[in-house]
Amino acid sequence: MSNKSGDIEMGSESRVEEIVDDEIVDDATDSSEYVEMWIDLFLGKKGHEYFCDIDPDYITDRFNLINLQKTVSKFTQVVQYIVDELDESVLENMSHARLEQLENDARKLYGLVHARYIITLKGLQKMLAKYKDADFGRCPRVYCNFQPLLPVGSHDVPGIDCVKLYCPSCEDLYIPKSSRHSAIDGAYFGTSFPGMFLQAFPEMVPRHPTRRYVPKIFGFELHKQAQLARWQELQRLKLEKKLKGANFDLTKYGGYKN
Amino acid sequence: MSAEYIEDNSHLSDEDSVTYDEWIPSFCSRFGHEFFCQVPTDFIEDDFNMTSLSQEVPHYRKALDLILDLEAMSDEEEEEEEIEEESDIDIKSNDNTNNRTVNRSIIEHSAEQLYGLIHARYILTKQGLQAMAEKFDHKQFGTCPRYYCSGMQLLPCGLSDTIGKYTVRLYCPSCQDLYLPQSSRYLCLEGAYWGTSFPGVFLKHFKELEDYVERKGKEAYHLKVFGFKINDLAVSGQRMKWLRQWPATDEEWDEFKKCEFELPTIQHTS
Ligand SMILES: [Zn+2]
Ligand SMILES: [Zn+2]
Repeated sequence: MSNKSGDIEMGSESRVEEIVDDEIVDDATDSSEYVEMWIDLFLGKKGHEYFCDIDPDYITDRFNLINLQKTVSKFTQVVQYIVDELDESVLENMSHARLEQLENDARKLYGLVHARYIITLKGLQKMLAKYKDADFGRCPRVYCNFQPLLPVGSHDVPGIDCVKLYCPSCEDLYIPKSSRHSAIDGAYFGTSFPGMFLQAFPEMVPRHPTRRYVPKIFGFELHKQAQLARWQELQRLKLEKKLKGANFDLTKYGGYKN
Repeated sequence: MSAEYIEDNSHLSDEDSVTYDEWIPSFCSRFGHEFFCQVPTDFIEDDFNMTSLSQEVPHYRKALDLILDLEAMSDEEEEEEEIEEESDIDIKSNDNTNNRTVNRSIIEHSAEQLYGLIHARYILTKQGLQAMAEKFDHKQFGTCPRYYCSGMQLLPCGLSDTIGKYTVRLYCPSCQDLYLPQSSRYLCLEGAYWGTSFPGVFLKHFKELEDYVERKGKEAYHLKVFGFKINDLAVSGQRMKWLRQWPATDEEWDEFKKCEFELPTIQHTS
């Protein structure tokens, strides 16, 4: 992050980087000396702030892992490793390369289970707490007034695209500020999470801001931009009319505000 | 006090060298000042460009001299003038050197304000626009955080032309929306130093930018659950489609034409 504009510039690239760094080596070799759980270590890593803790019971329930077997090699071992049930002696006899592989597989599997877990009742609750703390950041759009964001993937299959952030206020998609976050696989959150979240907690749907910006020169709005803004406002008014016709209360959650 | 404004720490012990450092380049190269371009001294020396600025900034003369590296007064002269000027300020200590540093920082502050306001005027000139275009091309104002704008460069923008009202915002020519700077180092920058007219004048001057935006893809995001759109009548139903919408069909273009001067009344929709 020493690069002057590094934070801002890296945005448009969508290559999925593995969440691998030199920390792995330390974790793997020292793991026998730590009493800390793998999940806690994983969640404590820089850049992993978007993840919530999954109940070990959820991870070990085979029913929740359907169709994930093929995503990592030695599936059972990876699951045991995540929930700290892998025998010490097995770990000690592993080569450095194998340990590294195991750690990477564990992170990937955790991410994929995470995408499923966060749309369960319990998972949604945990993400709600994180959302209230704005752990996923806030909308950079001026008129969204620091609205907390929600993570979302554009694919449910890993390795295609990075995580994006959904704003419940302007309903648009943003790139995470930090390269640590923007490199995380979007499949670890999934395509359905924000929709499920807002359906589960309708009181978290804000009233949407109707204010907008039109560039001005010495107080006079630019002609073309003002025309487009008027046309867009017309589209909004049409929707408003339709919703009112269906008796939707626009002064409450999911309505509009100035 | 003045030492912190100089990048090179070797100047710290040598107070006199401060005056030899050119004020404008050193101000513009300071950490967090990447949005500023360098205003040429001949623009500042032209009184016409400075019209009414003397009423907006305290200690205008001294501040202007500081900006132009003209503060060649003798120490005595300086002290006298300062005491005169700062008589309204509560000076606790009689220690002369202490007073001088306080005053120096006041003048420095005025110089920054004055430079900012000059800057807001300069970037609307042909030369200034060119300087800002270069920064724009190098993405020095950052890129749009909106995913579908795919890295469109931003333009700094003020919400007021008066100092002290709003910090700087960033305008995206692609989604035509306004954003807060992503990096905290720009969150406290005074918006009036770029002014309310800058993005507009920039767009008018560089017509090719508008053409580029019009040709650009108009993709937008639609919230879905397991591939299905959420019902409009649900609380979480889509409400903001209009914000990123562009006319697409012939019917919509007709409607768009009607919006040239006013918002037309809503027709009965099918
Ligand atoms: Zn928003
Ligand atoms: Zn944009």
